[in-house]
Amino acid sequence: MKVAYYPGCTLKTKAKNLEDAALASMKALGVELEELNRWNCCGAVHSLADDDLIHHVAPVRDLVRAMEQGSDKVVTLCSMCYNSLARANLIMRDDEVKRKTINDFMDEEEDYHGEVEVVHFLNFLRDEVGFDTIRAKVKYPLNGLKVATYYGCTLARPRNVAIEPPGGTRLMTDFLDAVGATPVKFADAFTCCGSYQIIANPENAVNVAAGILDCAAKAGAEALVLSCPLCEFNLAKKQGDMIQSGKISKGLPIFYFTQLLAAALGLGKEACRFDLNDKCSVEILKSKNLAMEAVAGIA
Amino acid sequence: MSNHECECATVQQIATGDRAILPKGAKTIPVYVMGKKYEVPETLTIMKAMEYAGFKFLRGAGCRGGICGACPTVYRKEGDYKLHFGLACQTVVEPNMYLAQIPFYPANRASYDIETIEPVAESIHALYPELFRCVACNNCTKACPMGVQVLDYISAIKQGDIARAAHLSFDCIQCGMCASRCMGELPQYHIAQLVRRIYGKYIQPKAEHLRKRVEEIESGKYDATLEKLQKMGKDELEKLYKEREREPDMAPLGTWMPQDTQYL
Repeated sequence: MKVAYYPGCTLKTKAKNLEDAALASMKALGVELEELNRWNCCGAVHSLADDDLIHHVAPVRDLVRAMEQGSDKVVTLCSMCYNSLARANLIMRDDEVKRKTINDFMDEEEDYHGEVEVVHFLNFLRDEVGFDTIRAKVKYPLNGLKVATYYGCTLARPRNVAIEPPGGTRLMTDFLDAVGATPVKFADAFTCCGSYQIIANPENAVNVAAGILDCAAKAGAEALVLSCPLCEFNLAKKQGDMIQSGKISKGLPIFYFTQLLAAALGLGKEACRFDLNDKCSVEILKSKNLAMEAVAGIA
Repeated sequence: MSNHECECATVQQIATGDRAILPKGAKTIPVYVMGKKYEVPETLTIMKAMEYAGFKFLRGAGCRGGICGACPTVYRKEGDYKLHFGLACQTVVEPNMYLAQIPFYPANRASYDIETIEPVAESIHALYPELFRCVACNNCTKACPMGVQVLDYISAIKQGDIARAAHLSFDCIQCGMCASRCMGELPQYHIAQLVRRIYGKYIQPKAEHLRKRVEEIESGKYDATLEKLQKMGKDELEKLYKEREREPDMAPLGTWMPQDTQYL
C-alpha cells in the first residue's frame, strides 16, 4: 500500500519522534507513506476571520501539491496540520465564493475544489491498516501500562473535521487496546493544552496544562498519549517548570501515539526515538520491562 | 533607392557620440520607462534600450551578463494584469512594456560568525524569525528573475532541510525581488545566503584531493617551482607556456597523464 503523506514542519525539527516512529511502524506493516515531493507549512492555525483568505492559501497549496502528484488522499500525523488542512479543504469544497477568490489568487496553480481527502493517521490506522492487523503484528504488547487518552482540541473540533463524531470518540482507546496498553479515560481528554498562549500568556497556559496532567494522574494514568507537537510542548517540555513551581508533584510520561505503536511492534531505538522524550518516559517503560530494545542504553 | 528601402528606412539616425547608431531599416518600438515613452530599437535588452534612450547607469548595472543581480527590472505589459520581472541586461524589450529599475531593495541581514555558528536549522530560525511570517502566497517565486523556487526553499528552511534549501536557492543572484514582493516581509535572499554558507562549510562533503593539494602547497612542495617561474624572463615564460603538455579536449575522463609527472 502506498499513500501520500504530509509531514509538517515541526515533525522535521522538534518532533522527530512523532514522525520517525510512524514511518518505521508503517514500513514494518508493509505500508509506504510517500512524502509529498513539494510542500509548505500548513499555516498551523486556521484563520477564523471571514475575510482573511490569505491564511488559507498555505494549506490549499499543499492540497494542490497532493492533487498535482495524483493523490486523492493525504495522511497527516500532526493534529494541527490535520486540522488546518482539513478545514481549508472544506472551504474549497463547500464555499463557492471563497473557492473562486483563492483559486483566482493562486493563478499559477491548477484550480482546486476539494478533490483531495485529508486523513489523520489514527483514522488511517483504523480504516486502512486495521486495528486487528496491528494487534496481530504486535510483538511486545504494552501490558500493564495505564495511558491517558488525550486528544486536545484539533482532532475533535470543530465538528465538521472531528476524527470521530463528537461524544463517541474512542480512536485512542481502541488504538491503545490494539497495542496492549490499558487506556485511561479522563475528564480533560478534550481540554485545550494552552496552545500558543504559551508564548503570549505562559502563566495561564502552564496552569491549564498542569490541570490536564493532574486530572490524568488522578484518573489513574501512569502516562499520557497524544498526537500534537504543540500539546507535547505544553504538557511535556514544560513539566520541569511545573514541578519547580509546585503546580504538579511529579512528572507524567508523555508519548506520541506512534512511539507506542513502534514499541509494540518490537522496533528498536532508531524507530521509537524515546531519546527525544523526557527522562520519566524512558523510566516508566524500563520499570515495567516494556519496549526493552527501544529504551536500552538511553540514560 | 528602391521602393522597398523607402518603406522601412523611417528611423532618424542620431550620432551624438554616446548613442547607438541604428542600421538603416532598423525598427523601433515604444517602451515606457518610469511612465515616460521612449522609442527604442527592437531586439535590444532593457539595459541597452535605456542607454539608447539617454539613461546612464552609475549603479544598478554590474556584470551585464545575467549573474551579478544588480539590474532587476519590474514591468507590465499592455492589457496584462501580471507583474513581470527580469534582469535588464538579459531581457529583450517588447512593445509597450512599462518598466522601472529596482537596483536595491532594503532587507535586513542578520550578523553571525560562520566559524562558531551551530550548523542546525534552529540557528537560522533564531537569526531570521521572520521566516515564520510566510503565508505561502508564492509572490517570491513569481518575482524571481532567475526562476528560483523561492517558496520551496523557504519551506525547506522551516522544515530544517538545509541541504535542500541550499540546492534550491543555488541560482539566486541576490537581486532582492523576492523580498520586494513578500507579504511576510522576509529577507529571503539573505536567509538563503546563510543557508548556503552553512551548507558549504559544515554539511557538503569535502573534496579529499583538494585537501591533499592544499597540504602539499603549504608544506612547500611547489615553492622552488614558483620561485623559478618568477625569475624567468617573458620570452622564456612564453616558450614554456606554448610547449606545455595539455590534455586533449576530447580525452575520455581519467585516461590522460602527462609525460612529466614531477608536479603531480
